[in-house]
Amino acid sequence: MKRNGERYGMAVDTSTCVGCSACVIACKTENAVAAGYSRDWIATSTTGTFPHLAMTIRSERCNHCEDAPCVSACPTGASYYGPGGTVLVNQRKCSGCKACVAACPYGARFIDPAVGSIDKCTFCVHRTEAGISTTACQEVCPTGSIYFGDLDDPSSEVSRQLATREHYTLLPDAGTRPKHFYLA
Amino acid sequence: MTQEITTTRSNALIDPVLHVWHAEVAVYLFLGGMVAGLMVITGLWVLRPAEASRSRALGLVPWAAPLLLSIGMFVLWLDLEHPFNAFRFYLAFRPTSPMSWGAWILLAIYPASVLLAWTTTPADVRGAVARRFPLGRYVERIGGWALQRARTVAIANVVLGAALGIYTGVLLGTLQARPLWNSAVLGPLFLVSGLSTGAAFMLLYRLDARERIVLGRADMGLILVELALVAIWLIGLGTGGSAARAAAGVLLGGPYTAAFWALVVVLGLLVPFTGEWLERRHGAVPGRFAAVLVLIGGLALRWIIVYAGQYAGWVSDLALR
Repeated sequence: MKRNGERYGMAVDTSTCVGCSACVIACKTENAVAAGYSRDWIATSTTGTFPHLAMTIRSERCNHCEDAPCVSACPTGASYYGPGGTVLVNQRKCSGCKACVAACPYGARFIDPAVGSIDKCTFCVHRTEAGISTTACQEVCPTGSIYFGDLDDPSSEVSRQLATREHYTLLPDAGTRPKHFYLA
Repeated sequence: MTQEITTTRSNALIDPVLHVWHAEVAVYLFLGGMVAGLMVITGLWVLRPAEASRSRALGLVPWAAPLLLSIGMFVLWLDLEHPFNAFRFYLAFRPTSPMSWGAWILLAIYPASVLLAWTTTPADVRGAVARRFPLGRYVERIGGWALQRARTVAIANVVLGAALGIYTGVLLGTLQARPLWNSAVLGPLFLVSGLSTGAAFMLLYRLDARERIVLGRADMGLILVELALVAIWLIGLGTGGSAARAAAGVLLGGPYTAAFWALVVVLGLLVPFTGEWLERRHGAVPGRFAAVLVLIGGLALRWIIVYAGQYAGWVSDLALR
């Protein structure tokens, strides 16, 4: 899904992310996310058997899937593909039926208790639409672990990282084709 | 591999397991399935060639379809987080969304089921309604139009009833993120369960012996098909990928095992089947015993599938990478 001639994507460098949660707080501030909820979060995976353990820390959020099951499941058209292929919610159209919450394998959506409609990461579309090239989480990251930009532009920072680094997406078998990547 | 969400995400709707759909949805799916069964069975009854005599109860029971559906839709409306945006369902048709299909099917079901009920209502009751109500003249005119097309109305009820029954299962079955639901068998399973509960609901009323025997026999067949579909569903999940197998485990040893096998399979299917079989073997007219159990089993099926389906997700250990 390509809009505005751009295809926004994000990559998080798991080798430098320390899980400080600055991205979570920045997002809450930038987007006035309801108390007790967050549009992004830190996940920690531990693999192996003691003493041979390995830990991965990831800053996670909506994957802005190319084939988003939440958009397919929405009965009112409130969930839609917005500028740059972002997956957005038009709160005026949302009835709060929660089909999209049930459809998302990543748990990226929640009900904003104040308005009764769905809230989620927007890839800071209000910033990109205003010509600001960074997201709030990216801007605040103290280790510079978050890359954001046009996946179709080979000179963008996120494209260059993906071109040179080993990377993966979450739940590739779900077939959703995420535009959010993790650099190994 | 263990995986934890370490900071700030304390979303009770999602963590640690999905909690978006509750009793309202289960009750709606049960009532919707029962209405589907009522529409199909009463529609087929009108289409039967032998239409000589019909008990008053059988003539009046189709009115239950729009009434039960109204209760079900009200309960579903209560589940909406933004109930006053419900009209948005009718400003869009989204072909990829079963819920959108359902919204439009429900809209078509109201006129179809009311017209069917009017055509099966005993003539004296129809006459009394037309005489006593202020708008009776118009009711009679529209009803007369339906009476001339009783077979067409009946066919419409069979088709729309089947659509309603299937959609309630497909609604859950298309949610790939919920592996317990993500099965094509759920549509037929909910349809057959709806037919069975529809027949059971009709058996609660004072139908005559011949009608009860027809419904009782039909119900025995439906229960057998339902048992087969439950088996196929669980075999499909249990031999699927890691997420599907983990989901099957929720009903095969996991937290919903006892409830599912005791309430749905034994109390809701095996016991009423045995009861109906014994009634038939001893030449007795099917009573209400099996019917009540089938209704309990039908509600338990929806309830347990709604809750157990949310217990099982993709984000389990190995599925993550």
